[in-house]
Amino acid sequence: MKLTGSQILFKALREEKVDTIFGYPGGSVIDLYDELFHQEGIKHYLVRHEQGAVHAADGYARATGKVGVCLVTSGPGATNTVTGIANAYADSIPIVILTGQVPTHMIGKDAFQEVDITGITRPCSKHNFLVRKIDDLGRTIREAFYIAHSGRPGPVLVDIPKDILQGTLEETELFMEIHLPPEPPKEPIDEACAAALTMIRTARKPVIFAGGGVLRGKAVSELMTFANCIHAPVTASLMGLGAFPGTHPRWLGMLGMHGTYYANMAVSHCDLLIAVGVRFDDRVTSKVAEFAPHAKIIHIDIDPVSINKIVKSHVSIISDCREALHRLLSMAGGEVLLSADQTREWLEQIEKWKKAVPLSYCRSAKIKPQYVIEKLYELTRGEAIITTEVGQNQMWAAQFYRFDHPDTFISSGGLGTMGFGLPAAIGAQVAFPDRLVVDIAGDGSIQMNIQELATAVHYNLPVKVVILNNGFLGMVRQWQEMFYGRRYSQTEMKQALDFVKLAEAFGAVGLRATKPEEVEEVLRKGLETPRAVMMDFHVEPEEQVYPMVSPGAGLTDMKLGNLRRDAD
Amino acid sequence: MEIKKSVISILASNKPDVLARIAGTFSGRGFNIDSITANVTGNPRITRIIITTQGNQDTIIKIEKELNRLVDVHQVTDLTSLDLPLREMILIRMPMTGENHEKIMEIVDRYHGEVIETGSGYGILELTGKKEDMDNALSSLELLGIDDFVRTGSVTL
Repeated sequence: MKLTGSQILFKALREEKVDTIFGYPGGSVIDLYDELFHQEGIKHYLVRHEQGAVHAADGYARATGKVGVCLVTSGPGATNTVTGIANAYADSIPIVILTGQVPTHMIGKDAFQEVDITGITRPCSKHNFLVRKIDDLGRTIREAFYIAHSGRPGPVLVDIPKDILQGTLEETELFMEIHLPPEPPKEPIDEACAAALTMIRTARKPVIFAGGGVLRGKAVSELMTFANCIHAPVTASLMGLGAFPGTHPRWLGMLGMHGTYYANMAVSHCDLLIAVGVRFDDRVTSKVAEFAPHAKIIHIDIDPVSINKIVKSHVSIISDCREALHRLLSMAGGEVLLSADQTREWLEQIEKWKKAVPLSYCRSAKIKPQYVIEKLYELTRGEAIITTEVGQNQMWAAQFYRFDHPDTFISSGGLGTMGFGLPAAIGAQVAFPDRLVVDIAGDGSIQMNIQELATAVHYNLPVKVVILNNGFLGMVRQWQEMFYGRRYSQTEMKQALDFVKLAEAFGAVGLRATKPEEVEEVLRKGLETPRAVMMDFHVEPEEQVYPMVSPGAGLTDMKLGNLRRDAD
Repeated sequence: MEIKKSVISILASNKPDVLARIAGTFSGRGFNIDSITANVTGNPRITRIIITTQGNQDTIIKIEKELNRLVDVHQVTDLTSLDLPLREMILIRMPMTGENHEKIMEIVDRYHGEVIETGSGYGILELTGKKEDMDNALSSLELLGIDDFVRTGSVTL
C-alpha cells in the first residue's frame, strides 16, 4: 500500500503519541490539513496567529512535560513562529514545529510564501531539519521528537516541502529508525559528587538555588529530600518557581533583580551555594563579581555549556538533575549531611531577614496590583496553573502567588516575550481541561496576542485573564522613573480601550474592578464562570516592583521602597 | 590568561547545512574563525572540518562545548596542545619571465614546491608547508610580482 507524505507524517506523530496540535493552515500544508480531516484521535486547535500556536504548544509542554506540537504553513506562517521558537529555546522547552515549505523544485527561487526557515531558526532552535526526500520524512519526525525532549530539551523545527507531503511511498519502504550521531559521552559524576559531599559536610550556611532544570528533569521530590538532608533554605530562579513549595518554612522566594530581600541576602552571605538546573541568568546574578562572594559553588546542570559560562563553580556535576541528586543522596547513604543543629544559626539569620523586609505593599484608595494577586492566590488556594505575560505583572505574580506544585507557573523567563501568557494559558488549559488556568497580564502585554481570546472562545476553553491595567508599559516606566528622570518616553498607553467590551466582542466574559473593594467579587465571579473571562483591574498606575537590584549592582544593593520593617 | 592560536578538529555529519551551523556557532557566540578547511572523510557520511581560532583556554573550552551541543557534530578535538604538524597550501599565479624565472624557482625549491602549470609567460606555483613558511614564501614571491594567489586553511592529522 502506498502512503502519502501527509499520511506518513501523521503516522509518525501517532507513534510519538501526539494527540494535540496547535496550528494554522495555508497553501503549503493544505494536503496535510486535508489528511487531518480524516485523522481521528488527533485534535487540532486552530489559533488566530501562528505565534499563538507556538506559545500554546510551549504552554502545553510546560504544563504536561510532554513535547508540544505546532503546525504552520510556509513563509509568513513559519516566520510568525520565530519568536515562539526563540522563547522555547531560551527556556529549554521541548516543542516540535512543523512548517510547510514550497515544493522542492521551487526552493531557492523566491517562490510565493518561501522563506529559508531552517536558516532563520538555526541559531534559535535546538535543531532543525529540511526534509529533502519522502524516504526521510518518518525518521526525521522521530528524530525531531527525540532531540526535543532528550538532554537539555528545546524546540526542533521540521520544514517539509509540499511535494513531499503530496508524494507517495510504499509502506514496506517506510523506515522510521532514528539515525542520529552519537551523543557526547557522559562524564562520570561519582568523583564530582564525592567532592560535593565533602563540601556540603563542612558548610554551615548552605543555600540551594533551583532552576528550570529541576522541573524539566522531574527532580522535584529529589530536591525536597536533598534539601531536608542538608537542612538548607531554598531559593529559585523565575524558571524554577514550583520546584520547591512556596509555603515551605525554608522557602526563600525568588532570587535576583526582583527577588526577595532575604533570598538575595542569603545568597550573598552563604558559604555554600548548590545550584541545581540553572544557567545563572544575568537577571539572577546581577554583578557577577559580587555574586555569592563568600560561597563555594556546586553547580549541577545537564548542559556542559552552562558550567562556568557565567559563574565559576568549585564543583560541577554535569548531569540530569534527578540523577545527580539521587546519586548525592545514595552516596550519603541515608546519613543527614547537615543537621538542623548545624544550620540553625543560619536559618535564624534568614528569619531575621524575612522579618526585616518581607514582601509587602502599602494599601491605598486605588487597587494595588499585588493585592489582586494575593486575592487570586487566596481564592484559588494556590491550586491554579498561572501563566504570565512579561513585565511588572510577571514579577508580582512570581512574588505574591505561592507555587506549591511543579509546572503550575508558566512564564517566559529567558526571552521575556510579551504576549506569551494568553496562548500559553490556552495550551495549559487544553492539557488540563478541568483545572483553573489564569493568565496574569498587563494592559500592554495582553494586546500582543489578544486575538487568541477568539481561540479560547472557539474551543470553550475557560481560561481566565487577569489584567493589571495601569495604563503604562509598567516595567519600562519603572526604569524610566528610577533611572531616567521620570521621562516616560512612549510608555504611557493612553487608551480608550474597553477590555470588558473587547472580551464581549470576542464572545468571552468581561469584568472590571476599579476600587479595592470590588476586587474580590470580580475575581470570585470571574473564576466561577465556566467560560473564557477577561478581568480588567484598574490598578495604581505608578506602582513599583520591589525589591529591585539596580542594574549592574551586587545583589545586596537593593532598592526596597517601603518594604523595610525595621532597622537590621 | 594567555591568548594563543588553537586548532580544533571537528567530525560532523556530511550534510549541506553543517558548515552553516558550525560557522553560525562561532559568529553567534562571538568567536572568530581564522581559517577553516572541510572535506569528506573515508566515511562518506562524515566530514572533517579543521578550524584555527584564537583565544585563551577558557574561550577554547567554551567553543568546544558549544560545538558539542550541535546535533550534527560527532566529535570535537582541541589539537592545540598536541603540537601536531600543521600544513596549508598556496597556489600562486605570477609572471614567469626569463628574468625572474630563476629567482622564483629558487624559492619554490626552498619550500619543496612545484610549478604545476605554465604558459604565455605565466606560471602557477603550488606550495605546501607550515603557516610561517608559507607567509615567508609569499612575501619573497611578492617582491617578484604575484598576480593572484589562493590559500587554504590549515590541516593536520
